[in-house]
Amino acid sequence: MSDVDTLTPVLTKDWGTDRSWTLPVYESRGGYASLKKALTMAQDDIIAAVKDSGLRGRGGAGFPTGMKWSFIPQDNPKPKYLVVNADESEPGTCKDTPLMMASPHVLVEGVIISSFAIRANTAFIYIRGEILHVIRRVQAAVAEAYAAGHLGTNIHGSGYDLDIVVHAGAGAYICGEETALLEGLEGRRGQPRLRPPFPAVAGLYASPTVINNVESIASVPSIIEHGAEWFASMGTEKSKGYGIFSLSGHVTRPGQYEAPLGITLRELIDLSGGMREGHQLKFWTPGGSSTPLLTDEHLDLPLDFEGMAGAGTMLGTRAIQLFDETTCVVRAVLRWTEFYKHESCGKCTPCREGTWWLVQTLAAIERGEGSEADLDLLLDQCENILGRSFCALGDGATSPISSSIQYFRDEYVAHLTHGGCPLDPAASTVWGSSLTRSGA
Amino acid sequence: MTTTPEKAGTQGAVETVSVTIDGVQVDVPKDTLVIRAAEQIGVQIPRFCDHPLLAPAGACRQCLVEVPDAGNGRGFPKPQASCTLPVADGMVVNTQATSESADKAQQGVMEFLLINHPLDCPVCDKGGECPLQNQAMSNGRGESRFVGSGSGGVKRTFPKPINLSPQVLLDRERCIVCQRCTRFAEEIPGDPFIALVERGAQQQIGIAENAPFLSYFAGNTIQICPVGALTSESYRFRSRPFDLVSSPAVAEHDACGSAIRVDHRRGKVMRRLAGNDPEVNEEWITDKDRFAFTYATEPDRLTYPQVRDAGGALRPASWPEAFSVAARGLADARAAGGVGVLTGGRLTGEDAYAYSKFARVALGTNDIDFRARPHSAEEADFLAAHVVATGPDGPAGGSVTYGDLESAATVVLVGFEPEDEAGAIFLRLRKAALHSGTRVLSIAPFTTRGLSKMHGTLIPTAPGDEPGAISSLLGHAEHGVDATSVILVGERLATVPGAFSAVADLVAKSGARVAWVPRRAGDRGALETGCLPTLLPGGRPVADAQARVDAATAWGVDSLPEKAGRDSDAIVAALGAGELAGLVIGGVDPADTADPAATTAAIERARFVVALDVRASDVTRAADVVFPVAPVVDKAGTYVNWEGRPRPFEAVLGAPSSLPDLRVLAGIAEELGATLGFRTVAEVWSQMEDIGPWDGARATMTPVSAPTKDPLGDPAEGLLLSTWKQLLDQGTMQAGDKHLAATARPAVAKVGRTVYDALGPTVTLTGERGSVTLPAEPVDDMVDGVVWVPSNSSGLGLLTDLAPPGARLTISGGDA
Repeated sequence: MSDVDTLTPVLTKDWGTDRSWTLPVYESRGGYASLKKALTMAQDDIIAAVKDSGLRGRGGAGFPTGMKWSFIPQDNPKPKYLVVNADESEPGTCKDTPLMMASPHVLVEGVIISSFAIRANTAFIYIRGEILHVIRRVQAAVAEAYAAGHLGTNIHGSGYDLDIVVHAGAGAYICGEETALLEGLEGRRGQPRLRPPFPAVAGLYASPTVINNVESIASVPSIIEHGAEWFASMGTEKSKGYGIFSLSGHVTRPGQYEAPLGITLRELIDLSGGMREGHQLKFWTPGGSSTPLLTDEHLDLPLDFEGMAGAGTMLGTRAIQLFDETTCVVRAVLRWTEFYKHESCGKCTPCREGTWWLVQTLAAIERGEGSEADLDLLLDQCENILGRSFCALGDGATSPISSSIQYFRDEYVAHLTHGGCPLDPAASTVWGSSLTRSGA
Repeated sequence: MTTTPEKAGTQGAVETVSVTIDGVQVDVPKDTLVIRAAEQIGVQIPRFCDHPLLAPAGACRQCLVEVPDAGNGRGFPKPQASCTLPVADGMVVNTQATSESADKAQQGVMEFLLINHPLDCPVCDKGGECPLQNQAMSNGRGESRFVGSGSGGVKRTFPKPINLSPQVLLDRERCIVCQRCTRFAEEIPGDPFIALVERGAQQQIGIAENAPFLSYFAGNTIQICPVGALTSESYRFRSRPFDLVSSPAVAEHDACGSAIRVDHRRGKVMRRLAGNDPEVNEEWITDKDRFAFTYATEPDRLTYPQVRDAGGALRPASWPEAFSVAARGLADARAAGGVGVLTGGRLTGEDAYAYSKFARVALGTNDIDFRARPHSAEEADFLAAHVVATGPDGPAGGSVTYGDLESAATVVLVGFEPEDEAGAIFLRLRKAALHSGTRVLSIAPFTTRGLSKMHGTLIPTAPGDEPGAISSLLGHAEHGVDATSVILVGERLATVPGAFSAVADLVAKSGARVAWVPRRAGDRGALETGCLPTLLPGGRPVADAQARVDAATAWGVDSLPEKAGRDSDAIVAALGAGELAGLVIGGVDPADTADPAATTAAIERARFVVALDVRASDVTRAADVVFPVAPVVDKAGTYVNWEGRPRPFEAVLGAPSSLPDLRVLAGIAEELGATLGFRTVAEVWSQMEDIGPWDGARATMTPVSAPTKDPLGDPAEGLLLSTWKQLLDQGTMQAGDKHLAATARPAVAKVGRTVYDALGPTVTLTGERGSVTLPAEPVDDMVDGVVWVPSNSSGLGLLTDLAPPGARLTISGGDA
């Protein structure tokens, strides 16, 4: 990590500290100071600070967090709720999970400040059910916070009451969709809800609800501590602040890199020690498999909301999956598509039936069956799913296919002319150099 | 394809917005969904999940349209589901008719729907009337692309049908998971026994283990299923829709007057469906209305007249012979003390009128009563004073209607359990409670499942205690009843002395409106046409000389009998005592009457009995002359429903030898020399119109005071019997469909928790007429000292086997 200045560890700054997940360690490093400060502030001032900071949702869509909070109708007599979306399931995404493992208290502190701001007296942290170790760690952190008086009634004499419920999901990608998450939280089948009404008006238990990503909420204490201006000084004009970039795949040092938005992939690859030795970048996803993939042409684009939109993709969850030239793009896309087929909730026709069909068409092409006309069929199927499905899951399912055909049409065609995959599948694995098709 | 008529009766200024659909500007009420606004200009957007009576889902995505302007100058970048999108002023919508992108979106969704749909249309019940089939033709591509790629498409498969209930089957391969059925089950009857399970292409409709789809309204899901996924055991593989003739009709199983459609082929009814009548049953019917029609084709159906020969056996006879034998016997009986007339609940208004006129003109008596069940003089008084000759358009002002149930602030149920006794009222009350905030109060001994589903409140009341409970509603702090309230009174209240008087008193003092809900389809018509000892047709009181003259003039006779007639119980008693010699009986099951043994004995004892019935029974076997009469499917007629609304219908099947009661009575009357002036249904209707409702003074009610004794009395004396008939039970008009019968709720004795804990899972009840042993079921809020048992779900029915309603029973545990 030669170029350490480009990194801005805030959320990740304690990850290397011994027993960083415990309350004493967190407090010894300044934790919960923001909470005490926030409790002395006017609630609307907290919302204003978050607004002014320019913090945009870190779950992928990038909706301004402060604006979302201000949509909560404070004249609504029903209780208000804060729900933290910790159902991190997007392929390639791995930022909330390590954050909650290493530094659960920054999330808990963020939840308390955020709930206080929106006048919620109950907050829920909906954690992906498969990551039991994280659930236990967050539960332990919440218990510690209760014991320390950060939670419960009359928090630090402020008169403010808050309870946090840590809820374990039941293993569905769709429950990362905020309204499906609410259904699941209410004990029902996890399928997205019809909007309107929007959650801000009628969300959890038909009451005004804010749903935010873990990283968004965890960023709040730093904004309170250092001020909106400090936060806004990082990043780019419309994409302020820092974020965790999760690098995975064919890089030397995969992992989480916390940096200002707008950093480029080239810089990130440098930070991570470069691509796998002797290989070159072939394609990558900027924010998980649901964001259209990019190639080595896009190394110098700013990784912010606008930069990625300009390239026809999305910043998403900053789950950067890197693939070198040994990887068959058709195979990678087929694997992702199989994931979407498996995770389609079934509610709407285009996603349910479309993913079923896409897998069959792609699998045939990967086997070298079919004709070039099937590529147009694939694109037409994608067109019939994109924007036609009930929620964004269907849209996401089409992204890898249409973007990969855009950039790698020749490779698809090669499968058909070659009678199967022209690449050696073993070569892309970590043991690939020792296990090639000729050598094995 | 379901389309919605605009809801009738919407009054006052409705805020409208102007939208442009396919270049046509149309004004529609605010909040109208685009899919319905398009119907206004004649554009049918294809749809599956959308149903006008269900909440929008947006699940199938078939109805996508292009919205270049949402009304704010900006358009939606992608096609929008028109079934979930409300109109906005200035909105511009382009449907498949004018937009290539909408058309392509729809074709794309249709293609997706078909990839996993089996190609079994040639053997599918829905083939020919299938929205998927039809819309695949109108809005889909001709050739499948699913076969083209690689080795060809592989469809998802499931084992063929599974039972959701003994009656409803699910073929999961055909299901397009539009959720109409699950949404119906949850939203309309409140029976969410079916739900989505699994996900993705494996998503399917399922039931929980040991919890089949036992809803009284389950059959509606079959009808609204837009594919052939839901079928009934009764109809599956029986016929093709294009071979069927569809006739509109009215359901004969309760007093709701539900519109139905009867589908028949070569003179045989194959199935029945709900009709669409927004003012009455909307688009829903009970499973009894849907499946219980095979009674008319049971092997015991009477097909020819019979007379008793010299040896005492019944033998076939010609119609003329039967008419003359009947006339001769009735003339003798009339001379030997008189003839009584007992009619049951299956009569149409026209048939009832014929009995009424036959009794007065041909038999010279007022001894006629339609109440083949426990009844009282107080009830007859109440009906004469408050019910007869009222109706939505009646001269006495608007009666309570289905619509009124939705606008009422409070609806009080007394002696009435809508889910069992009038399904369409139950659904409307549930809708009212859910969407209009109507408060439902029930005077009953415990909270029934139906009451919970109406979010109702129980006014705990032991049998016999109803008068006090009714009176307590006046000015009650929580349950106050006022002019915005409606009181629905069941016929069962006749078994409680003072109850009808208490209702009349409450109505007079509070200004609340009241409606009487009998169980049977023919009862209200029989009341209107004078099948009561105290009333002539049109509500003319027998006791009113002017009314008698009015009726006599209309009928062209010199006079009508002045003497008040005997009611059913009195007719039975008079026959038993030999005071009456003859009996004309039509559609009466002695087991329904207040004292079945006495009724059976009276029929035996009567010197001469003429029976008119559809099927052979103990009554016809005991009769001297038996006339086969037409089941409702064979004849035209009119039911008058609980609202007082006439529900006319034409004959569904043309069966020339199947004659209505009125034709038989006309034939006997002619032989008796007393011409009734009609031979056809149309002629009767025309006479009924001529005579019309009575415009003179209404009969008034003489209040009956409730017994002062606390009906609970000494608990050591045993438990009080509360009972009513469940929707599905042993009724003769449910015969012949074993699948339907298997969906009935079993006979159980409902008891309080302490009784259950003391006596265990099986109890034996003993009353004045015998004992029954049934499984017991604890009910948490059962009024102390009360046991509830269904009237006709076991043995020969409670009136025969146990005791009359409200009687005291002894209870013991086990089979003792």
